[in-house]
Amino acid sequence: MTENDGLLLLALLLLPLGSALLLMIVPSRERSAIIALTAASSLAMFAVSVYVFLSYDYGSTEQFQGVRAWTWMENVGILGEKGIQLKVGIDGIAAAMVLLTGIITMAGTWVSWKITHRTKDFFILLYILAAGVFGTFVMLDLFFWFLLYETAVLPMYLLIAVWGSTRKEYGAMKLMMMLVAASILIFAGIFAIYTEAGLGTFDMEALFAADYPVSFQKLFFPLIAVGCGTLGGLFPLHSWSPDGHAAAPTAVSMLHAGVLMKLGAFGIIRLGFQVLPEGAEFWAPGLLTLGIVAALYGAVSALRQTDLKLMTGFSSVSHMGYVFVGLGTFNAIGITGSVLQMFAHGVMTALFFLLIGAMYDQSHDREIPHFSGMAKQMPVWAAFFVIAGLASLGLPGLSGFVAELHIFIGAFRAYPVVGGLAVLTAAITATYLIRMFAQSFFGEMHPAWSGMREMTWPERAGSAVLAGSILWLGLWPSPWIDRIAASVETLQGVAL
Amino acid sequence: MNPALDYEYALLLPELILAGTAALVLFADAFRRELGVSRRLLPWLAVAGALVAGVVSLAYVDRSENFSELLTIDDFTTFFRVLFAAIFVVIVLGSHEFVERHVRHVGEFYALLLLATVGAIFMSAARELITAYIAIELLSFSLYVAVSLTLADRRSGEASLKYVLLGGVASAMLLYGLSLLYGIAGSTYYAEIAEAFSSGTAEFEWALVLGLVLVIGGLGFKASAVPFHMWTPDAYEGAPLPITAFLSATSKAAIVALLLRVFGGPLLPALDEWQWMVAALAVLTMSFGNLIALQQSNIKRLLAYSSIGQVGYMLMAVTAVSAETSSALLLHIAGYLVTNLAVFTVVIAVHNRTGDERIVGFRGLAETQPFLALVLTAGLFSLAGMPLLAGFATKFFLFQAVASEGFLWLSVVAVTANTKSLYYYLQVIRQMYLYPPEAGSERWRPSATGLVTTGGLLAGMVFIGLYAGPLFELADQAATALFA
Repeated sequence: MTENDGLLLLALLLLPLGSALLLMIVPSRERSAIIALTAASSLAMFAVSVYVFLSYDYGSTEQFQGVRAWTWMENVGILGEKGIQLKVGIDGIAAAMVLLTGIITMAGTWVSWKITHRTKDFFILLYILAAGVFGTFVMLDLFFWFLLYETAVLPMYLLIAVWGSTRKEYGAMKLMMMLVAASILIFAGIFAIYTEAGLGTFDMEALFAADYPVSFQKLFFPLIAVGCGTLGGLFPLHSWSPDGHAAAPTAVSMLHAGVLMKLGAFGIIRLGFQVLPEGAEFWAPGLLTLGIVAALYGAVSALRQTDLKLMTGFSSVSHMGYVFVGLGTFNAIGITGSVLQMFAHGVMTALFFLLIGAMYDQSHDREIPHFSGMAKQMPVWAAFFVIAGLASLGLPGLSGFVAELHIFIGAFRAYPVVGGLAVLTAAITATYLIRMFAQSFFGEMHPAWSGMREMTWPERAGSAVLAGSILWLGLWPSPWIDRIAASVETLQGVAL
Repeated sequence: MNPALDYEYALLLPELILAGTAALVLFADAFRRELGVSRRLLPWLAVAGALVAGVVSLAYVDRSENFSELLTIDDFTTFFRVLFAAIFVVIVLGSHEFVERHVRHVGEFYALLLLATVGAIFMSAARELITAYIAIELLSFSLYVAVSLTLADRRSGEASLKYVLLGGVASAMLLYGLSLLYGIAGSTYYAEIAEAFSSGTAEFEWALVLGLVLVIGGLGFKASAVPFHMWTPDAYEGAPLPITAFLSATSKAAIVALLLRVFGGPLLPALDEWQWMVAALAVLTMSFGNLIALQQSNIKRLLAYSSIGQVGYMLMAVTAVSAETSSALLLHIAGYLVTNLAVFTVVIAVHNRTGDERIVGFRGLAETQPFLALVLTAGLFSLAGMPLLAGFATKFFLFQAVASEGFLWLSVVAVTANTKSLYYYLQVIRQMYLYPPEAGSERWRPSATGLVTTGGLLAGMVFIGLYAGPLFELADQAATALFA
């Protein structure tokens, strides 16, 4: 990756922001213009993210590539030399996350074209969200990193409360308040880190390199881990997630479960593992414990759900639990698995939400027991659903298997008991998914749903992209593993 | 030092212009029949005066002189001169239609507002206790009267009476405190007080603590810090909306400027005696202001409690006073003013249309007037410190500066209070976006000045939120002058 590619990283931030600004000018009546603009913009984001992912050179000794910095403010007040810069650059972990965001933003855009209520405003907010997510993944300045991290949360309230369904006001408020409250801890962590480093700069590479006393690291790692972890659905602060997902409109659920929750885990790596490695090592068993509890608890809760979206929401909690297990193993293979899982879960859960949305828009019902024989009525839809489901339960050849295998190996190496529990979780996951398939997809078709039609073409295209990613990662995972492992192995203190 | 002889009136040109404009406005109003001037001309006259004063203030950049040791004209003063002139212009532009319809004695109204601005500037410039006190009273007395000027609203008179009575008690407290400080230091000049306090105050331990308690109580009242805030919601509710805006903007900023001058100057040597008091006041103010705001149903009262909460953040910075925190605080004040005025300008514009002060009165605004709904949403999010807007950047620097001075715990209290505030701001946003407008209401357009003012303020919020650098440098220059 060359230095000029840094401009492309900046473009990832500016494309969605610019599109949101352009949309503000387009009159709301001009639907076709809105669709054309979002189509072009989402394709461009996708293309850039694929290019960025592929051009990341994992053989290089440079961990951060495409680094470009523009000085924003310096030598004023508390800020010293290069106090705040607009600094972009990615490592292998961020490269995978950028690709994930590109894929899901594009698919999410396509399926949102059928929204008729205040379409323009929806896309403006959706793209502000996307800008926040892209920005957090590519930013190497702590001030902008956190600004964009919060930007990703900001539009959620309106997106859910205006365009959502089931108990949308409750879901939106709960999500917003829990996430903003969790940010208090991140604020505290950032203030403390900046003060302790005493460098007068928010440059993350400088902050990574600074020395922090071990006691400081042990004190502040939990703040970062819990603060960011809340956004990642860390047990027991996950409860906003199923409610929020159930209430959110399709594209928002996709982006939220698919990408936004990954920001949380990504934050733990960036601020926790990279700034406070000794604190991370000390607390890794705690993270692992919460992770395995979340995995089991989420899976057991999903067993009990009858609302399809709530089931997927709890399933997300369970799968994000694996991510924390992987991080908590504190060995290279486990953490690599954890980042793989972030990607795998992202595309898989986005596909789930896309499909559920496609159905709900027609049926206005998501109760699993109300459905049967849907495979006859909507065969394409059902086929995609089965792909997502099989990826979720970890079938070899699909994305979930690759990721979970790494995590399980990592867990067995660190704590065999946890490895065993993780495998048990996978079995529970299989139970609720296969039961749901048997109930809703096969058997006699319920006559009430005879009017249901197949998915629209944009929905099929979106599903195809997501399912394609699931297959690609499942069948040929080395492009991901090479990039991620190269960066994970440079983390300080991680067992190889 | 021979203070009596050095009266260089040229230093006070901006204030003379403002006071002259006030006289001119009064005169034009009183003799409008004879002169054939329309009342509609008055706001423009006042705005012109304030603009000239603001521009003239720029001539004093980089100078550091004093008016007979009573007032300092340095970059700190210039910063506030320009800021206060700008606030005046924005408030008048945003509210002249409101004033025409809802305010008694229009001429007096503008004249009082101009005089209050002069008082505010003197508060930021004073370097002598009596001068500071007179400046405070000039601001307060102008506002006591202005609060009572709402046409046909009995709450207005009640609010004014409450304000003036409690304000009198606070002034007495402040004066008594100042006299104790004078007794210990033997001078009312800041420079001499600082000298006296540096050489030790051990023998006056109790007098000093008592004096500080009274001074902080008195100033806390003027700043509406908890537990001296009781007048605030009533005054905000009863006052005409532009005065409410003024109370939450100029009078807050002026008192903070004065606090910085006093606590960063003469009282700095006595840091150990007052730091915990101001810290306690800050914690109470942040926590309770934002807590009580949660249950308000009137937008003015909501904004009153919200502004109390905001004062808490500023007091926190006074606790950890230093050149770095001061520059962050000045930046924060500027950002807060832009944000707060944006909110008030929209509230005034909506009130002009609906006459409704309840939060539910904003129902469906996103459909009837999407632009104002957008500005109000941005303003409220900015007050709650959400990103892309001024509130995030300025609070981030402010809290970081306080944390860097060793008060991480205070910053955490502030962020926590800030999170609470998001909840009640969301209540207003909810009304605008989630519910349809009342039956029969249709799309409307605000006046041209309303659109220009709100649009400008929105741009300002976004600019400060994303690129605070230039403003931060100005704030830094002003703060450096303070500690020079």
